[in-house]
Amino acid sequence: MDVSSVRTIARRKPGYPRLLSELHDPPATLFVRGDAGSLSEPGVAVVGARSCSAYGAQVARSLARELASVGLVVVSGLARGIDGEAHRGALEGGGRTVAVLGCGIDRDYPRSHAELARRIVTSGAVVSEYASGVEPAPWRFPARNRIIAGLSLATVVVEARERSGALITADFALELGREVFAVPGEITSGLSAGTNDLLRQGAAPLTAVRDVLDALGIEPEPAAGVSSVSDAAVAVLSILDDGACGADELTRATGLSSAEVAAALVELELGGLAAQADGVYRSFSLGRSRGARRLA
Amino acid sequence: MLARATTHALVGLEARPVEVEAHLQRGVPAFSIVGLPDKACQEAKERVRSGITSAELEWPLRRLTVNLAPAGLRKEGSGFDLPIALAVLAASRQIPAERLAQHAALGELALDGRVRPVPGALVAAEAARRAGLDRLICPPESAPEAALAGIEPIPVEHLAQAGAYLRGAFEPRAVVPPERGNGAGGPDLADVRGQERARRALELAAAGRHNLLLAGPPGTGKTMLARRLPGILPELTIEQALEVTRIHSVAGLLPVGRPLVDRPPFRAPHHTASTAAIVGGGAGPRPGEATLAHRGVLFLDELAEFYRPALEALRQPLEDGSIAIARVQGHAVFPARFVLVGTMNLCPCGGRGDPAAECSCSPQRLAAYRDKLSRALLDRFDLVVQVPRARASELGGSPSEASAAVRERVERAAGRLHDPPSLSKPGAELLARAVDSLPLSGRGRARVARVAATIAALADQGSVGAEHVAEALSYRSPTELGSWT
Repeated sequence: MDVSSVRTIARRKPGYPRLLSELHDPPATLFVRGDAGSLSEPGVAVVGARSCSAYGAQVARSLARELASVGLVVVSGLARGIDGEAHRGALEGGGRTVAVLGCGIDRDYPRSHAELARRIVTSGAVVSEYASGVEPAPWRFPARNRIIAGLSLATVVVEARERSGALITADFALELGREVFAVPGEITSGLSAGTNDLLRQGAAPLTAVRDVLDALGIEPEPAAGVSSVSDAAVAVLSILDDGACGADELTRATGLSSAEVAAALVELELGGLAAQADGVYRSFSLGRSRGARRLA
Repeated sequence: MLARATTHALVGLEARPVEVEAHLQRGVPAFSIVGLPDKACQEAKERVRSGITSAELEWPLRRLTVNLAPAGLRKEGSGFDLPIALAVLAASRQIPAERLAQHAALGELALDGRVRPVPGALVAAEAARRAGLDRLICPPESAPEAALAGIEPIPVEHLAQAGAYLRGAFEPRAVVPPERGNGAGGPDLADVRGQERARRALELAAAGRHNLLLAGPPGTGKTMLARRLPGILPELTIEQALEVTRIHSVAGLLPVGRPLVDRPPFRAPHHTASTAAIVGGGAGPRPGEATLAHRGVLFLDELAEFYRPALEALRQPLEDGSIAIARVQGHAVFPARFVLVGTMNLCPCGGRGDPAAECSCSPQRLAAYRDKLSRALLDRFDLVVQVPRARASELGGSPSEASAAVRERVERAAGRLHDPPSLSKPGAELLARAVDSLPLSGRGRARVARVAATIAALADQGSVGAEHVAEALSYRSPTELGSWT
């Protein structure tokens, strides 16, 4: 990495994000790669577990995509799992995203996300309070989480086990008086224990992108003309709306042939109305797709 | 006194003519074989000596030298026993040398003089015919195989019988070349309940000879499905059948009683197989599993468990349909045009993708598992299908369509694919849209277009429409596989 491309922003200097200085111990210096301006744009944190489920990954990705497409900056921690999916979703949505590191600004940690970091800095920024050469250490990650919360108007926890680092981010956000959302999960899954606990403590449940936009007072753009879909796709989507299922179940439930179902699923995937992971298809019932479903 | 017999040495998949010269001289009784014989060939001495005495023929008590010409070619195996014995008998005037010169011979001798089969009888017979010889003295087990070459096989059960035949005292039975089978046999698709999507992918793989990757949790029927692919592949033409039979003959794999391989072969090497076992190798290169699967199916169960170098070595045959092996001893090009079918779990613990189980793999372990398959190899799979766990209700359902019916459709589509349907305008537009919005490489695009053509051919359409492209897109590597790098 080219160290000369790192910008340094000291506290109380122009360019230091205003929201961040509301922390009771804001970082004295911020090291930034990429567009430092994106730190001061309105942002939403999307955070969660490293080892997430396919469901969590999809929610994080589509949520970030929707948030980015209305112009919000998606803030997260470049970790594996939910964090990475959030960054990817934001990039897919053509928006900007900010990754906050818990190690030196010259490190791409985890290394498997080096390429992702490179893509992030082309439009957004990678930021850290640690100068070049600082090794990642477990105790630095909670400190990193306060920056994620501090940069964001609202924090969404997608999936978290009990004692997950994402809950620390939520705690910082609550301290700052910012909105905290949790994505409801299955009560039987350990991956939802943390988020469900947040809900019990009074976090707002997130069931659609609109929940975040309403809280921030942002008027969502009207559904940007999703192209009309075929009858087969409508039939498939109506089954998927009742719950995720595999292609074979769709074949039986709709009475269509396997070939027709396959074509319909690709149509939905390309239209951003459904996605698959591990052979299971889910409808994207976040934000825009509510409008899209009406066209059926 | 000198006598000659003709036989053949296997080099790769070819048979090279070898002249066996036996020379009797005066001197202390001794027996030596020269002409680069390997260990098995060197031991022919003991078998030939015992065989001749057991056949109640006379072992010449003279100084005996056997030369295998050309002397520079390495001779491997035990197929030289019979020709050596016959040359010795001719040199000692126990059989007419001029009659022997009109025959080729091949076979191993037992100590009691019985003649045992050796691999490669078909290629030896073909080489003999090319050399202008029209009779091959061979063990009875190899006779039908040799008859395929258009040569007259002389089946002999015992060395004494061979001697009697050459003296004109025994007339062997005539051998008819084997007939084609009726194409039936092997496990049937009717046994598979549910799994509509995987069955469809299997049909596409058969019609367009596309490589297929079945991914899913353990116990969902991936292996069961893959084993049914040969049963729906089109029949081999007679040329193809001979080609495959030749390979299997050299490998010594022809089943007794059914010497003509007229159904596409199915090879399923274990995941501990070495690179040489998969693509072929050894000092005098031998065909590997990829070549044995020529015109058929190479099935790699638990793809991620294979040695990575062995998998990477498959990239050349997947691209060219042949394998070039260079060794100090020689160079060989083996045909290897097969449909590759792989199966894998979605994660090392097998819990991923299974609603009834939870995956307990750490991200590092998951990444290591997926790293085993390079992007380059994954790119060679035209069809990627996730096989979910079937519901109990499906398993109890009625039997599904049988292999024979599917094969009929496949054969029609395969015929139509000789002149592949062209891409229609809506199809091309959808493909362009997919390239823009999905992680689809240039190779991926070509792959989707190929699969779409197969789908159109199966649907009996003259051009590839948008619905065909859409279905083809659904079999691409899912985003997860795509983001593995």
